[in-house]
Amino acid sequence: MKLHRFHGGLKLAEETDASTRDPVLVMGVPSRLIVPLGQHIGEAAEPCVAVGDRVTKGQRIGQSKGYIAAHVHAPTSGEVVEIADHAVPHPSGLSAPCMTIQSDGRDDWGETRMEPWLDWDTRDPRKLRQRIRDAGIVGLGGAAFPTAVKLNPRAGQRIHTLIVNGAECEPYISADDSLLRSAPEAVFEGIRIVAHLLGVERVLFAVEDNMPEAMRALTETLPGELRERVQLVSVPSIYPTGGERQLIKVLTGQEVPSGGLPADIGMICNNPGTFKAVCDAVIQGRPLLSRIVTVTGPGVQHPRNVEALLGTPFADVIAAAGGYAEGVDRLVMGGPMMGFAVHDDAIPVIKGTNCLLATRPQDTPAPGPLMPCIRCGECAAVCPAQLLPQQLYWQARAKDFDATQEYGLFDCIECGCCAHVCPSNIPLVQYYRYAKNEIWAREKERQKSDIARERYEFRQERIEREEREKAERMAKKKAALKKKDSSADGASNENSDKQAAIQAALERARARKAAKAGDAVEGAATEQADKAAATPETHTEPSQSGERDSTDTGDR
Amino acid sequence: MRFRTESSPHMIPAHSVGGVMQQVLMALVPGTLAMAWFFGWGVLVNVVLAVLFAVAFEAAIVAARKRPVMPTLGDNSAIVTGWLFALAIPPLTPVWVTLIGIAFAIIVAKHLYGGLGYNPFNPAMVGYVVVLVSFPREMALWPAPDTLSEMSLGLGQTLQTVLTGSLPAAMDWDAITRATPLDAMREGLGAGRTVNELTTSPLFGTFSETSWEWIGNFFLLGGLYLLFRRIIHWHIPVAVILGVAIPAGFFWMLDPDSFASPAFHVFSGAVIIGAFFIATDPVSASTTPLGRILYGAGIGLLIFVIRTWGGYPDAVAFAVLLMNMVAPTLDHLTRPRIFGRERRGPPPGDGHG
Repeated sequence: MKLHRFHGGLKLAEETDASTRDPVLVMGVPSRLIVPLGQHIGEAAEPCVAVGDRVTKGQRIGQSKGYIAAHVHAPTSGEVVEIADHAVPHPSGLSAPCMTIQSDGRDDWGETRMEPWLDWDTRDPRKLRQRIRDAGIVGLGGAAFPTAVKLNPRAGQRIHTLIVNGAECEPYISADDSLLRSAPEAVFEGIRIVAHLLGVERVLFAVEDNMPEAMRALTETLPGELRERVQLVSVPSIYPTGGERQLIKVLTGQEVPSGGLPADIGMICNNPGTFKAVCDAVIQGRPLLSRIVTVTGPGVQHPRNVEALLGTPFADVIAAAGGYAEGVDRLVMGGPMMGFAVHDDAIPVIKGTNCLLATRPQDTPAPGPLMPCIRCGECAAVCPAQLLPQQLYWQARAKDFDATQEYGLFDCIECGCCAHVCPSNIPLVQYYRYAKNEIWAREKERQKSDIARERYEFRQERIEREEREKAERMAKKKAALKKKDSSADGASNENSDKQAAIQAALERARARKAAKAGDAVEGAATEQADKAAATPETHTEPSQSGERDSTDTGDR
Repeated sequence: MRFRTESSPHMIPAHSVGGVMQQVLMALVPGTLAMAWFFGWGVLVNVVLAVLFAVAFEAAIVAARKRPVMPTLGDNSAIVTGWLFALAIPPLTPVWVTLIGIAFAIIVAKHLYGGLGYNPFNPAMVGYVVVLVSFPREMALWPAPDTLSEMSLGLGQTLQTVLTGSLPAAMDWDAITRATPLDAMREGLGAGRTVNELTTSPLFGTFSETSWEWIGNFFLLGGLYLLFRRIIHWHIPVAVILGVAIPAGFFWMLDPDSFASPAFHVFSGAVIIGAFFIATDPVSASTTPLGRILYGAGIGLLIFVIRTWGGYPDAVAFAVLLMNMVAPTLDHLTRPRIFGRERRGPPPGDGHG
């Protein structure tokens, strides 16, 4: 198979030997589990049990709100002892609502377990998707996007290729590697289910070329009936090949359109762990309760992979890896490039916790003095999104947010390549996050003020209309008095006039908003708005508001 | 347990500004030694003095701007500026000329604009152009490489000459200086002689005067090292050299008697050092791949044009400064195509809903 290249990227040290030496250790049940209600992209779940309730393993304890969201389940049986804010893994370091479960040690499934579907291939795809949703499955590669949403392409969108993203490109992380070595059958079963659900004809299974053992396990266990459809591909280990867009480029040579989704070009990409979770949910009726976590870095005694229940405190996971090494001062959730440092190890494992990396000062020294940008352009040379990071940096610093957008700020995947090569120690990614947040905040403000303006304008229209109608009535009265022959149909006429006027006012307001939002329409919209004859759809359509986090893969 | 929470990446950084400049300095060593071999102690004396002045001015002005002095000196950029300036001036240049040039380079061209990273013009070249325009006589006193070996000035005599501005007794400037190949070519062609007559002189090697050729070769070596270490990228050096060679070749083919060969142009004067060390100064150059090619090509073309029809025998400094002016515009006009977009695609989506 011919592979392609994406621009830039970095060749980084692998650092996965230490953590893959031993098989995956299945951790026991800790006495207390702290289960955050928001472990995914989208809104946090709402608690559906109360403090003091007894819960069984796998019982739904958090009900998802909204479409892009996921349920949360009790990882073991026990008692809900607290529902309160607790430190969670988040770059902000802030606390968020968590449910604390005191384990009863029985790990009891009770009666709530979902029915195992061994005959899943006879089930309707919608039923399978609902099962995935019920199981609270999210992408396990780290981003934690709700899988049921991802597997629900827009009407009219045909998915022809399913991509299994086994390109674990960040140094140190070996969670997928371990999974593929230990449970390749379950991953393949998950692939069969998802391929059936989507009706795809080909599956590309990408594994980095520095994972030969995983590749061997996959080659040996690839089921006969999948051989036709599944293609195992060894891809070069260049960071960030594991980025969805980069991997699709490497495998197919196609680029996911800016601001779009892989589904726009007929592809869906998922992590192997997600397929395993799908298999467990469908075949065993087991919701997402645990995940493989790589515990590694020079800051732990015995780097390895563990399977930990969601809600297990980081400290327990570190203890399972032999505890901290001397002098550790940084604990990172995720890899060294995109992960974030947490301030505390009482924080629990969540669905997106693929790695815990502990380092000492000599491995991750405090950043050197911040030097001015010398425009060396190394950042642009390594940027996989083909941006000009140094220009974005100047613009973000100058708070010139329009320019950042013109230069493709929202095409930045925050992979950190630019910051890694920057000779001036500039935390470039931080500047981009800042700029993005500012723009989002401003956009919200703008929307608010748009609504206010719309209301105001509508009110103005109404007052004007009333004045006009008053004048017309007066005129009519005068005319009627003059002519002396009053006709009966005046009233109904007036009524329909009024309706039309309201309609016209609404149209104008809407058209003005559309013209503001979409940059394409401009003159045409206002011109048409004056006629107020066109349908509202033609005005609202050109608004190019974003789809970054797939809001529009929604049920339509 | 509490942990440090710095932002990603959690790795040892791959580069530092000081390290980059250090590599540049190392790459300058072979060419500098070759120059010293042909032109004597004066080259090294100039380098030492210019670097000292540059560091002193940098420290003084950084202190005056109330910035941390040691970290700023640690970026090594003042050393690079001083060194490049020293290589541009004749080896026996009086010390006060160096002082003025460096003062202008560091204080005006660099720090009045905000210091490293903010200067639109290459500081070393600004300093050089200031002294070139202000002191044309001193700037023309290039010793003849071969006479020096006969009448070689020792280190002491060189120091004396540089510090006092006058030669030791029993020597006079006419005896030890000679026109550079570029001067000779310019004046010879101006006097109606042909290129062929001028290059048959025994001093000429394959392309240019033997000494200049060898100096060029050693700077080329350093430049290739920088390319190999990925401190610089190929775009600018290749574009500068082709930017000189292609127009030079075109006119040479039209009239080989009145126009010097492209190889003569490339290996004479400062084209090689300019292409690899001066035009590649990242702060004042273009940063996009295509922008760098255009920037380099513009420098090359301007060098050829000024040499051939302008008022100066060499023109690397002028060409670099002129192209510095258009670098920001080039950057703006040559933005690369963003991943997932058409080059002339629709305006960027704002990526949020």
